[in-house]
Amino acid sequence: MWKKIKIAFHKLGSPLSFYRFAQRLIPWLWIATLIPLCIGLYQALYVVPPDYQQGDSYRILYIHVPAAWQAMATYLVMAILAVITLVWRIRTAEIMAMTAAPIGAAFTLICLITGAIWGRPMWGTYWAWDARLTSMLVLLFIYLGIMALYQAFDDRRHGARIASILILVGLINIPIIHFSVEWWTTLHQGSTINLFGPSTMDPSMLPPLIWMTVAVKLMFGALLLQRARNELLAQDQQKNWVYQALRPNHHAS
Amino acid sequence: MTHCPLRALFFRDLRRARRQGGQSLLPLVFLFSVIAMIPLGIGPGPNVLSTIAPGMIWVASLLSSMLALDGLFRSDWEDGSLEQWWVGNQPVIGLIFVKLLVHWLVTALPVIVFAPVAGQMLYLPTEALPLLLLTLLLGTPIISLIGGLAAALTLGARQGSALLGLLIFPLVVPVLIFSTGSISALLDGLTVRPYLLLLSALLVLTMTLVPMAIASSLRLNIE
Repeated sequence: MWKKIKIAFHKLGSPLSFYRFAQRLIPWLWIATLIPLCIGLYQALYVVPPDYQQGDSYRILYIHVPAAWQAMATYLVMAILAVITLVWRIRTAEIMAMTAAPIGAAFTLICLITGAIWGRPMWGTYWAWDARLTSMLVLLFIYLGIMALYQAFDDRRHGARIASILILVGLINIPIIHFSVEWWTTLHQGSTINLFGPSTMDPSMLPPLIWMTVAVKLMFGALLLQRARNELLAQDQQKNWVYQALRPNHHAS
Repeated sequence: MTHCPLRALFFRDLRRARRQGGQSLLPLVFLFSVIAMIPLGIGPGPNVLSTIAPGMIWVASLLSSMLALDGLFRSDWEDGSLEQWWVGNQPVIGLIFVKLLVHWLVTALPVIVFAPVAGQMLYLPTEALPLLLLTLLLGTPIISLIGGLAAALTLGARQGSALLGLLIFPLVVPVLIFSTGSISALLDGLTVRPYLLLLSALLVLTMTLVPMAIASSLRLNIE
């Protein structure tokens, strides 16, 4: 059993197997995304009670917080893929690391924008130069740097390896974002969700957050596979495996 | 004098910087043109200028250190001598340190030496000057290291020099924050020790890890 899983995993290194794997998984991932997304959005908008201080405007957190978590989680995924890229030089890992960067940048942007929309009525300002906001902005620039560096090389594989080094250097920013609300006195509130112990968030407000987080994680998986598949097809359009994979069935001899 | 390749590289790079003539003064000219533009743009009121002076001198020195970065490894890479680094028996990390040391001596040291003059031009409070110089001494090597990494990463890239700023900016933000933070702490009568300790920790961290990242990206670029 273990051996079969291992072989299946190793097969993902080959573009054709990866293409078939992604092709099979993507629709299911989208279906799996929609279910928790609908439940989470419904609960967030209709079921959970308004906050005693913030009224209804706190509900934006059900997008803001999952997006922020995913912005950081995407970076960690990219860092793992970057190590695989630099050590084993597996091409599909390279492509996944590079195609994850725009997704991470998008989640960072969503986090910053929803935070700004919430901050205007609550803090009285769209933006504050506080530690968490600044480190999130820095994360956005690191994502943009990775994307720009990757695009700046004519040889895509070379660009991916160079950008992987930048990914690993930029990893230093992730703990800074995570602990910024504890290390510095910031305008941004501290974390109210605690995995190992009681959360300080009211339990009635928690379920939609969990649903939305699950939905965002699945959405990330679907987006990543989809983008990586497209990138592989675009890069390999002259290769034989693309012809084999996309050949209409009635032409098969 | 025994022949030492590290020393030879050091003197060769210094000589090369000197023989560029006026070019080696460029960081300094750049610093002063930025410093001179600030009062013209913001207004010459001493109150405003003295509050923003430390930050402005820091930003100006950051920008001026980026001037010479693009050529840091490029000419060695183009004439093939970079490849010899891996063929030869010298430690690559040592060679990288020599390169960065020359870069620091040529771009950062003049800026530090002339920082008091720039401080006078912006009405920097006198009591803040020693601390500004100390943060520059601690912080500019970090900037040279991170700049060297950006130069190594963009070596084979199209429009590499345009990318430099984008790559350097997010990585040097902590240096800027802790340096100018310590000066405002001093002016507010707070303790500056934690800022200086954090800055020193950053210096140690970048000095140990960044040369390895530079070495591996140079290695990738000569393949």
